[in-house]
Amino acid sequence: MSAALAVSGLAKRYGAVEALRGVDLQVEAGELVGLLGPNGAGKSTLVKIACGLVRPTTGRAEVCGARAGSREARAALGYLAEFFRFPGWTSADELLELHQQLAGSGGGEQERRELLDLVGLSDARSRRVEEMSKGMQQRLGIAQALVGAPRLLLLDEPTSALDPVGRRTVRTLLEELRRRGVSVLLNSHLLSEIELVCDRVVILLAGQVVTAGTPAELASPRGVEIDTDRGTEVHADAGRDDVPQFVEQLVRDGRKVYGVRVRTSTLEEVYVEAVGGETE
Amino acid sequence: MTAALTIAGYGLREALRRKVFVVVCLLTVAFVILYWIGNRYTFRHVADIVPPAGIDAQAFAGAFLFGMAMFGTLFLGTVLAIFLTLGVVRGDAERGLLQPLVVRPVGRGAVLVARFLGAAAVCVPYVLVLYFATMGLTGAEGGWWPDRIVTPGLELAGGVLVVAALSLLGSVFLSSIANGIAIFMIFGGGLVAGLLGNIGHVLNSHGLVHAAKIAAWAMPFEALYQDALREITQNTSGLTGFLLRLGPFGGAEQGGVALRLWVLAYLAIVGALAVAGFARRDL
Repeated sequence: MSAALAVSGLAKRYGAVEALRGVDLQVEAGELVGLLGPNGAGKSTLVKIACGLVRPTTGRAEVCGARAGSREARAALGYLAEFFRFPGWTSADELLELHQQLAGSGGGEQERRELLDLVGLSDARSRRVEEMSKGMQQRLGIAQALVGAPRLLLLDEPTSALDPVGRRTVRTLLEELRRRGVSVLLNSHLLSEIELVCDRVVILLAGQVVTAGTPAELASPRGVEIDTDRGTEVHADAGRDDVPQFVEQLVRDGRKVYGVRVRTSTLEEVYVEAVGGETE
Repeated sequence: MTAALTIAGYGLREALRRKVFVVVCLLTVAFVILYWIGNRYTFRHVADIVPPAGIDAQAFAGAFLFGMAMFGTLFLGTVLAIFLTLGVVRGDAERGLLQPLVVRPVGRGAVLVARFLGAAAVCVPYVLVLYFATMGLTGAEGGWWPDRIVTPGLELAGGVLVVAALSLLGSVFLSSIANGIAIFMIFGGGLVAGLLGNIGHVLNSHGLVHAAKIAAWAMPFEALYQDALREITQNTSGLTGFLLRLGPFGGAEQGGVALRLWVLAYLAIVGALAVAGFARRDL
C-alpha cells in the first residue's frame, strides 16, 4: 500500500526566494504527522504542493500513489488552508452540501450531520457563516475538509482561532481520525498540541527538514530527580536507564526514596534547539 | 460538467442572496423609466418639427433613441459582467475563497467555465430583457421598430459575453481592482474606436476608418455593437440612413457572418489563455 503522502527532493522557488530546498517526507497510512517550523520555513508551501495549489520547481510529491495535483490525488485528500474564507451567505449545511457535490460524495444529509456533530457544530447547521465566530468557522473548515472521507487530511494551522475547548474538540477529532485510519499532516505552531496527538514530528527550517522523529525519539535526557528523606537529589547527566542503579544505591545506604522523576526535553526545547533561536 | 454546473449554480445563488439582482433590477427599472420619459417627450415634439429635406423625423428619432438605449444596454450588461467576474481567480484566491474549491477533484478549467456560464446566465437574459423592453417602449411611443428585431439583441448579448470572457482572463493575472479598471478601460477603448470610425466616415478618411475597424475587431464587443446598430436601420436609406449609421456612440458598421465567426474564435482564444494561465498559477 502506497504512503498517504510521499515527498522526495521537493524544491520550490518563488523568484529569488527558495521556499523549499529538497524536502523528503513520508506520511504513512493512519499516521498523524506534525509539521513544525518558524514562519517562512516552507510549511504552508509544502502543504500547498501536496494539495495541488502550488507547483513544485523540482522534486516529486504523491498523494496515495497519485501525482500531487492530479484529479486522483485531490479526490483522496481533504484540506483546510491557514487563511481561508467561506462565503458568508451560505449556511453550514449548504457549504458542506456544495463540497459533497464537488467531491462526488454520496454521503448526503447523514454525512453532513455526522461531520457537524464531529466538530461540535450540530446546533449551527442552519446558521450562516457570517453569523459564526472565527472559531466556529475554523471547525466548519475542518468538517469541510472531511467531506467525502479523505484518506489524507492536510490541516494548515487548524486551531489558530480556537479556544481551549475548541482545541480539545479538534484533538479528540484527530485521535478519532487516527482510529479510522486517516492520515493527517498537521501544520501548527502549537507545540503542546502536536506533542499530544502526533505520532511523528518533522521540523522544517529554511525549506529543509532539520529534525524528524517520534516525540519520544526527539526528546533527549535532561537528568533524574529523586525525592528522598534528605531532600531532592538531582543527577543532571543521568537518564532513564540510570534510575535502578541510583535507587538501589540509596536503599543500600539506608535512605528512603519517595519518588523518581526522569526529566526529558519538551518538544518546545527540541524545537528551539532545531531552529537555533529563529523567531516565529 | 456536473461540477461546472454546481459551481455556476452556486454563483447564481450567491448573486440572489447578496441581493445583486434586486439592486440591478431596481436600477434598471429607473433606467427604463427615464428612457420611457425620453421617448414620450421626444415623439410628442417630433410631430411639430419640420426636418431638413431627406430626413424622416420619426425614423430618425426612433432609431437614434433606440441606438442610445442599445448603448445603455451594452454598458449596463458590461458593468454586470465585469462585477460578476473581476475577482474570479486572483481576487477570490487572495480572499481565501478559491482554494477550498480548487483542491476538490474539479479541474481548474471547469471552475473558469462554471464562472463564465454563471455570468452568461445572468448577463444574457438581462441584456435581452432590457433590449426588448426599450424596443417595445420606442415602438409603443413612436411607432418605430428596428429593421431587424432579434439579431441586434443577440449581438449585444454576445458583446457582453466577450467582456465577461476578457474579465475572466484578466482575473487570472490581475487583482480585482486592477482587473476592473483594465476591463472598463478596454471597454472605453472600444467606444473610442467607434467614435474614431464616425470621424473617419465624416472626413472620408479611409485610414482612420480602417484603424477604427481593426480596433473594433480587436475588441469585438464593439464590432458586435456596431453591427447591431447597422442592423436596426439596415433598410433605412437616403440621408436618414447615412446619418443614423453614424450612430450615437460609435457608428454602424457591417460585421456579418465573418464577425460572428471571429467572435467565436476570439472567445475560444481568450478561454484557452485563461485556462492555461490559471493552470500555471500558484495559489
